[in-house]
Order: sequence, then structure tokens, then C-alpha cells
Amino acid sequence: MASRDYMHRLPDSHGGLSRPASLSRRWHIDIPLLLLLMLLSGVGLTVLYSAAGGEVHYVRRQAVFLALAFVAMLVAAQVPLDMYRRWSPWLYVGGCGLLVAVLFIGVGAKGAQRWLEIGGFRFQPSEALKLAVPLSVAAFLHSRPVPPSFLTVLGAMAIVAVPAALIVRQPDLGTAILIAASGLFALYLAGLSWKMIGGALVALVAAAWPIWEWGLRDYQRQRILTLFNPDADRLGAGWNIFQSKAAIGSGGLYGKGYMQGTQSQLDFLPESHTDFIIAVLGEEWGLRGALLLLALYLLIVARGIYISFVAQDVFGRLLAGSITLTFFVYVFVNIGMVTGLLPVVGVPLPLVSHGGTSVVTLMAGFGILMAIGTERRRVSF
Amino acid sequence: MHNLHFKDHLTEQRLFHNRMLVALVGVAMLLGVLVARLYNLQVVNYDDYRTQSDENRIQVRPVAPTRGLIYDRNGALLADNRPSYTLAIVHERVRNMDATLELLGQLVRLEDSDVQKFRKRLQRRRPFEPIPLRFRLSEDEIARISVNEFRLPGVSVEAELVRYYPLTDLFAHSVGYVGRISERDLAQFSEEDVRRYSGTQSIGKVGLERSYEDLLLGEVGYENVETNARGRVLRVLERHDPRPGAELTLHLDARLQKVATEALGDNRGAVVAIDVNTGGVLAFVSKPSFDPNLFVTGISFNDYRALSDSLDVPLFNRALQGQYPPGSTLKPMMGLGGLEAGVITAGTTIKDPGFFKLPNDTRLYREQWKRWGHGDKVDLIQALAESCDIYFWSMASRWNIDDMHRIATRFGLGARTGIDLPVERPGLFPSRDWKRGARGLPWFPGDSLNAVLGQGFDLATPLQLAVMTATMANRGIHYRPQVVMAVDGVEQPPEVLHHVEARPEHWSLVFEGMESVVNSPKGTGKKAGAGLDFRVAGKSGTAQVVGIAQGERYDSEALKERHRDHALFVAFAPVDDPQIAVAVLVENGEGGGKVAAPVARELFFDWMSRPMENTVRAAEADDEEVSRG
Repeated sequence: MASRDYMHRLPDSHGGLSRPASLSRRWHIDIPLLLLLMLLSGVGLTVLYSAAGGEVHYVRRQAVFLALAFVAMLVAAQVPLDMYRRWSPWLYVGGCGLLVAVLFIGVGAKGAQRWLEIGGFRFQPSEALKLAVPLSVAAFLHSRPVPPSFLTVLGAMAIVAVPAALIVRQPDLGTAILIAASGLFALYLAGLSWKMIGGALVALVAAAWPIWEWGLRDYQRQRILTLFNPDADRLGAGWNIFQSKAAIGSGGLYGKGYMQGTQSQLDFLPESHTDFIIAVLGEEWGLRGALLLLALYLLIVARGIYISFVAQDVFGRLLAGSITLTFFVYVFVNIGMVTGLLPVVGVPLPLVSHGGTSVVTLMAGFGILMAIGTERRRVSF
Repeated sequence: MHNLHFKDHLTEQRLFHNRMLVALVGVAMLLGVLVARLYNLQVVNYDDYRTQSDENRIQVRPVAPTRGLIYDRNGALLADNRPSYTLAIVHERVRNMDATLELLGQLVRLEDSDVQKFRKRLQRRRPFEPIPLRFRLSEDEIARISVNEFRLPGVSVEAELVRYYPLTDLFAHSVGYVGRISERDLAQFSEEDVRRYSGTQSIGKVGLERSYEDLLLGEVGYENVETNARGRVLRVLERHDPRPGAELTLHLDARLQKVATEALGDNRGAVVAIDVNTGGVLAFVSKPSFDPNLFVTGISFNDYRALSDSLDVPLFNRALQGQYPPGSTLKPMMGLGGLEAGVITAGTTIKDPGFFKLPNDTRLYREQWKRWGHGDKVDLIQALAESCDIYFWSMASRWNIDDMHRIATRFGLGARTGIDLPVERPGLFPSRDWKRGARGLPWFPGDSLNAVLGQGFDLATPLQLAVMTATMANRGIHYRPQVVMAVDGVEQPPEVLHHVEARPEHWSLVFEGMESVVNSPKGTGKKAGAGLDFRVAGKSGTAQVVGIAQGERYDSEALKERHRDHALFVAFAPVDDPQIAVAVLVENGEGGGKVAAPVARELFFDWMSRPMENTVRAAEADDEEVSRG
């Protein structure tokens, strides 16, 4: 009941501000989300400048990507939800086709084959699946009764499993898990019965040993071992985590000051401008800065959840919820990994880490979120 | 229908909201985990991580002290320190050592032996210590490395001061040389040594560099430096300066040393000159010599083999370690001993038929030089001047070997002189006890005949002969020979080991005999005083070559030459006021008076031709006495 009150109250809150409201209505822009994302991007560029040792090169590159990403977000926000729903199967099938292509003609580095190269342009098909999977699962569940029947669940699981398996083969376990999570979140939000969730967890625990023994590659096993004993091989496998913990820990409450982090500036911290960038922030801005960043992420998540609450239909709700929760998982996995809570998987810190395609995908996701959040208004006018 | 749908819609929405709330709780919990983790790292364990990060960036680096310089008595630099560029690697900063070494091999000249030595050094390194790989980089090599710096984490070019001997081979056997600290050196290091030598790459191996190692080394300093992850030093945070090693001023005189070396010509041999009034060593030559600079940063295999395989054994310090039969050079000392013991007097004469027979013995001991003898009435003066063996045999036959041993010992024979150079050999002067202990045989009268002539068991180093001669020259004051005159400008006082007591007329008599060696018409050492405006006293000697050393067996020409007797000459000058005593050994030179005496003459000529300098020095010393008084 409370949620219905919410629905009624909220349009009025924008009623007084006619111009922003009209802007948001005409262009399907969620102003609070936009402001939060811009703020986060600004923080990200600032930290990146320090992480790159004061080199403008990385910042300029990232700014270009961010600009592209915001355009992608605006474009994604314009697409009517119906169209997403109708087109999602095609996006999904196309994405899976590209993943299959990666297995055969993909290019890669360091033993992983993740990219397709077409006309000198490289891209990672798994990025497309980050959107295609939640879209497809939400669309699949949209037209079916709630809570989902066993068969529906199986169907949804199949939609998740195919691309996940293909990405594991690359291998890119981190991305596979995150993509699977995005589909499973939709299934969970649709009302997957607790019994099934419990059963799945039990099955997962039971499968832990076989997965360890046969499912993981050596380097993956090594990363997990390193997690539990980071000091065993400080100069080898444990180096990154040892240095990132030292960086964050030595930052203390208030940090060493912007551009003053010795771990980051003296190159002790590896990958400081990509996956490990939170360590730079933790070292230079201290706990205070890290908590502010977490607060910013929390606000974005909160806004995402709000949008999922005001969504018009099942498809929108599930999609918004899935995108938002997945976004949070990105944040959690990245920070957990850098602080030594989770094994090292290649997950960037959203909108802060340097890196192109993931930013574009992420912002496109927020564009979809805005499309969901503004749809209700479009209908009412 | 519409109603039902609406109800479904509501149920569905409520379900979604519940699920989202549960998820929200999950989000809050995970967020809590992150906050707790950050709190744990940044607040609870802050100190630990702060230390870790400081240890990362701050390295305590030892600062090697500058090794003390070595000057000759006139301030000529004998051992200098020069900058040299060394390629070094911090193992901890290198991800792939093999790849790094391979890349370095493309940039600079790297021999297999360099890499092997480097890997050995790696095994006994201290954490984060730069380990040297190649020394003496050229400008080009330094440039190539700096261009490729970014590909070479942990690799650095370090400037260090390296020993340099500007006069190359002139002082190799006295000043010696330093070399890289070897595993053997390290095995003997105490904890304290390990500390003192941190940052220092070399250690004195031979000569003064070794005997004065403690003083020359200095005291290590240290600095806290900030480095980046590749081990490159960014700035110095704190510095405690090292204390440089002590400066040594030697008694040695570079010019005299050069004169002595040149006077030996192409011969193998040794020359030691001693300042009669202090025991200071003025010249210390062992020929052939070698370039000590070869050893400083590690001698190459080929260079070392060339030196060690040479028939002339240039690495062998003849002056300090060569033990030769002293031959007739002992005669003046023996004469003095005989006079003091009363075995002979100034008036004692003998008839010399060219051979000698011990009482109750049929064996004939033949005169070496004059088969027909030196005459019917040979006295001590003539016996010295002409080196008459029969006179001394006759004396020895009536003399106690233990008295003979005593006088020889007082003049410094048969024991190390105590010079401030390492690895001195003691020589030998036999005694009854020694023969019983070492050979298990009693003393035979014939042994005395050998002993008195510096043959048989007698062995002495050229240094010992010089000390003996200097002791003779200043009438019995036996100084410890010293190479170092001053440490950091503080004069090292001469040290008298003991006085040889003898009556003045006996000294005078022996001096007279030694003078006639140089000045009488029949004297054996006339060449020692040729053309000098002061009088020289000396004694020639000949040492029989007994064995053939190993390694000499291949070259029959050389072998023939190497069977010849060694030529010896000892002398001091001027007779009236002795200043300098000299011992000369020319290996396989045969005639002491012919080959060795001219060498001594060159030294006298050079040294006495600059009396001003020496008298000025003496006057200054007197002034100091006065002002101190």
C-alpha cells in the first residue's frame, strides 16, 4: 500500500518545477540520476588524473569515452520500452552469435580470447550481453504469470546459461558471473520461490569441490588461494593485493592528500588507473573519501530502485531492478577484490576505472533505466 | 476480467516490492561489509599498512665511505679513487630475471663470466640491495641503458668510486691492490664487518691495501631514500655522512722506486732500500711487476692466466716472500760477531791456500772464487773486501753455532721483520735446536761452515738483508722496517726492536772492511761506488740456485739461464753518516759485484743527490722538537 502512495505522490514533487520537468519529459531524462552520474564521472576523472601520475592522456581518453557514454545513455533513454521488449530476443540471439564467433575467430591477449576485430575496430561481444541478458529475461518473464512457474524458471535459466557458458569458455569468469547475476536478479525479483533459491544455494555448495577440481583454471585457483593467504607470495601472485591493501590502509582516515599517495605515485600499485583505482582514492582521500564514494554509489542505487518501484509494468520493473542491482554488484565485487575480500576478477569500478566499452555499456544501461523511469509520464500525457 | 488483472497487478507489485526490500537489505549488508573492511584497513590496521607502505618506498641505503688515499713521501699519489659506472640490479624489483639479463645483453657487453658472478652474488645479497652485474660501463652503454630504462625495472647505473693506481706496476708489490669482496672474504666477516662493508664493493687484497684495510676503509654512512617501485631513487630523505678512510703517507719515494726498477733492467729481482735513521722503507721493488688496476674490479680470466702462467712469476713478491740463500752478504755481520765473541781480533790473519780442512776431517772445502787462495796473511778487512771464504770457515770452525745464530737473529735474520706488509716470509738461520727439531740430526761442524757463508740452511728475504744492512749502518740500532710514515698526517714513530751491542772499534773495523769491498783495488763491489762523491760500504754475495721450481721445465733455454747463481749486494752510504741501506737481489745474475752492485749505486746516487730535501726534513723535525719543548 505504501508503495502505491509513493506512486501518487511523486509526480507532484516535480509539478512545481515546470522547466526541468518538461525537459525530463521531452527527453526522457531522469534529472537526479543524471546529476549523480555526472558527479560520479567527475570524481572518477579526478581520481584517474592522480592514478595516471598526472598524465592528461588517460584523462582525456576517458573523457571522450564518457562523452560517448552519455550520448549512448541519452539515445537509450529515447527508445520506447515496448521496443526494448520486442527487440530483446534479437539482441540476445545476435549477442550469442557474436560470442560463438569469438570462440572461433576471436582475438585476445594473455591467453584469453574475448574480442572480435572488424575493420580494425575491436570490441567485446560480452559487453552487449550485459544488457541483452537482463532485457531478455525481463521480457521473457513479462508475459508469464507471477510468481514464475517451474517451467518458466527453467526457461529463464536457459536464457542466462547459454551466454554465461560461452563467456566462461573465453575464459572470462568474472564477466560470466556478473552477466549471470543480472539475469538471475530479474528472476529473483519476479518472485522465484525461496525454496528454489535455497535449493540452488545448496547445490552450489555441493558443487564447490568439483568446480574447484575440474571447473577452474590454474590462474583462477591461484587467485582464490591468494585471497586466503595474501602474504604467501608477496612478490608474485600476492603482489597486487598486498600493494592495494597497503595503499588503502596507509591512507588512514583522511588520506595522504591528492596526488600525494606514495603507493600510487611511486608505481607500487599495479593497475592503479584501471581495476585498482579505488586503492588510489583510498590512499589519497582516506576513509572519508572512500565513504563519500560509497555514498554516491548508494544514491545511484537508491535512485535505480526508486525507478524500479515506479515502473509501469513487469518488464520495466524487472529490468530496472536487475540493472540497478547488477550495478551494485559491480561496485561490491571491485572494492571487495581490491580490499582483499574477494578473489581478483577483472571487474572495473563503474565510471571511475579507466576503460572504454564498459563505460558505454554501463551508461546505456542507465539510459534504459531512464527510459523506464520516464515512461509512466509519457503515458499520462 | 479487468478486476482480476488489476488484482494480479497488485499482487505482482507487492511481490516485487518485497523482493526489492529483501535485496535492499542485502545491498545494505554488503555495503556494511565494505565499510567494515575499509574501517579495518584504514583505521584499525592503519599503523601496519602505513609502515608497509613506508617500507615500500623508503630504503635505508648504506653510503660507502671514500677509501683513504695513499701518497709517497713527497705527496705523489699512489692510490687514487676514480668514478666508475656500474650496472646493478635490484632482484626484488625484477619480474623476469632471465628476460632482463637477455635484454641487457643486447644493450651492453656481457660476458658469461659476468652473469655467472652476478648469479653468485645474487645468492648472498641483502633484500633490495643493488647487485653489480657489469663494471666500468662506457658512455655509450650508459646511454643505451637510460634510453631503455622503462623496459628494465630494477636495473640501475650506479656511480661508484673505484681504486685507481696511477703509477700502475711501480708499487704493485708494496701498495698492493684492492679487489671485489669475494665469497672467501665474506665467510670470514664478523657481524660488525658485514655492517662496515655494506655499500662497499672492494677490500684490500694484497700489500698495504690489505694490512691497512681497517684504516683505509673508513666508516660507513647511510641515507634514507625514497624509491619508486622500480627501485629508482627519487630523493634522499635523510643522510648520515660516511667518514672517509685514513690517508696514508709512505716512506716510499716514487722517484727512488723508479730508479731502482730501471736499474734492474730486464732482470728479475728485488731491491729494498731503507732509511737508516728510521727504518722507513724508501724503495721496495720486486721485478717483474704487474698492473694492479687489473684486479680492482675483477681481473679477466685471460689476464689472470697470463700473469699466473708467466715463467717470471710477476705476482710473486720477491722482496717480501722470496727466500734466497744470502751468501756472502752475511760476512760483515759474522765478522762483527766473531770479533765480539773473541774468536777473531783485528790482527787475526790466516793463510789461504784455496781450500780448507776441518780438524780431524779429510774433506776439502774449496774456495769458491779463487781456487789458488787470497794470500798468506788474510785479515778481516781483506777477507771482507775480497770475500775470502777460508777466513770465515776458519773462524766458524772455532766458533759456537749458537753464538752465530744469536748474532744473526739480532740483525733480523730467521724471523719476520715485522714490516707493515702482509704475508711476509721468515727466512731461516739454523741453530742446533732447530736442526734437531726440524731434521732430527745433530749439528755437524760442516754445518757451521755453510751457515757462516749464508749457504746450506740459510735463507733470507731481500727485505731481511736490507734490515740487516741498515742495522749495521747505524751501529746496531735495529728498527722495525716501516712502509707507512704517517696516517692522516700523524707521523708514525720509528720503532727500535733492539740494540745490537758491540764495541765501537769492532763496528769501525767491519765498516772498514765493507768500505774496502767498494773502494779497495781488489774489492768485489767497486761498481757500487763508481763516480760517487761520498763513500759507500757494502758486501757482495752469490746464492746458489738449488732446486728448479715447477713450471720451469719446458723451456730449456730459460732453464739453463735459470740455473745460474743469484747475484746479491748489500750496502749503505755514506759511510761517515749513513742515510740509506740497500739490498739488491738479481735472480740468476751470477756475480753480485758485477750485476747487483751497480743497482745499489744508482739508488745511492739518486738519493744522495738530493740531500737538501732530506736535511730540510730533518731540520723541520728538529724545529718541532724545539717548539714542543
